Amino acid sequence: MKTLLNNIQLQLTLQRLAHQLVENHNNFSNTVIIGIQPRGILLSDRIVKMVKTITCNNNISYGKLDITFYRDDVHTTSDIQLPSETDISFNIEGKRVILIDDVLHTGRTIRSAMDALIDFGRPAGVELLVLVDRRFSRELPIHPDYTGYTVDTILTQKVKVYWQEKDGKDEVVLIDKK
Amino acid sequence: MLSVKHLLGIREITAEDIALIFRTADNFKQVLQRPIKKVPSLRDTTVANVFFENSTRTRLSFELAEKRLGADVVNFSASSSSVSKGETLIDTVKNILAMKVDMVVMRHAASGAPWFLANHINASIINAGDGTNEHPTQALLDAYSMREKIGDLNGKHIAIIGDIMHSRVALSNIYCLTKLGAKVTVAGPPTLIPKHIQSMGVRVEYNLKKALEWCDVANVLRIQLERQHKPLFSTLREYALYYGVSRSMLDSLNKEILIMHPGPINRGVELNSDVADSGQSIILDQVENGVAIRMAVVYLLSGKRDNIE
Repeated sequence: MKTLLNNIQLQLTLQRLAHQLVENHNNFSNTVIIGIQPRGILLSDRIVKMVKTITCNNNISYGKLDITFYRDDVHTTSDIQLPSETDISFNIEGKRVILIDDVLHTGRTIRSAMDALIDFGRPAGVELLVLVDRRFSRELPIHPDYTGYTVDTILTQKVKVYWQEKDGKDEVVLIDKK
Repeated sequence: MLSVKHLLGIREITAEDIALIFRTADNFKQVLQRPIKKVPSLRDTTVANVFFENSTRTRLSFELAEKRLGADVVNFSASSSSVSKGETLIDTVKNILAMKVDMVVMRHAASGAPWFLANHINASIINAGDGTNEHPTQALLDAYSMREKIGDLNGKHIAIIGDIMHSRVALSNIYCLTKLGAKVTVAGPPTLIPKHIQSMGVRVEYNLKKALEWCDVANVLRIQLERQHKPLFSTLREYALYYGVSRSMLDSLNKEILIMHPGPINRGVELNSDVADSGQSIILDQVENGVAIRMAVVYLLSGKRDNIE
């Protein structure tokens, strides 16, 4: 197991990502943020909080999207996936959407998320923010617009992001699996 | 994961299974509020709705549920098929499955028909009502609708009123509600209540007013004249007089109870219009929840397919 980002590095990275968002979206008047369930929302919760502080705007539209029913591997994995909650209480029609997930690997989750998103309306544009980009492992032509950390990995490895709220510590690690 | 491969009856599933179905139904209920009420999860799945008995609500509800999961759907009704030429149940279903169908939703007039079928075919089977035995998805949507209105059913008082003898809804409801910890009373004329039903852990009440005074929710059942082969009460008018739920009777209670009915209603017999259409009635909520519950059941059972091949 190798630490990719420790507590302090993670804070700096999150700050940078939040500032990059504000740089491109000003006061978020026409932009919404959507975190991907289940682990992406731990990241989006943090980012949204930081963006609110930086912009002094407390009315940023923020939703949570579950993509279970849109996956392309419903019947190829042994057990059926159980869904988490989807909570998008605003209209995304004509809005600029920032999708947030913790780790980008094959790109299939993001593909599902875009399908799910389109069922809620036609956004003006969709951007992708990820904390860790496992490059060279993509199976679909998907590329992040905002990247926290880029890492080269092989298939048997796993990137795990730990959050204080859920796991009791802030850390990003690379795990070697047999 | 569900502990079963088929949904044949509530008797065979656990309280955990019921909780899982409810949790999944919550997600599908949310999907049904969206502008596009459809998800593509089961686009690789084909479901056959095989109905050997008439149905409007259940069949429509299953068909909508399957389509909103993205599945392909074929419908089959006995009246317009080779069954009238004398084909057996197994032959009919095996022929349907030979066309690469993954799941069968079946209603049959013979009690136990889905169990018989489950022993002979590999596809997952959902029982949509068998004779006077079980109607599991109806019981699930009934309990789900109750829970939505009055919260956790543990310790709640539920009365099931009317034709208990011929009702598969009653039997499935009793299994489901007792598994969820509710207290159940069945009420109706003595001729329509089976002997020894107390052994299922329910109370029996012959006086409608007393049953209504006791309960938080009254699930009123349809009088099934088509299944009564000998007269069990003298006239419908007499039944309506003693066991029909009326506005004046509800007003005479010192509390407001919920009124449910699995449909189709015999208006003026078991339920008066001024009750069925009142704010106390959650009959249309039941129908709405039916689609979400059936989506959950079909979705959860579709994952059991890998064990087959």
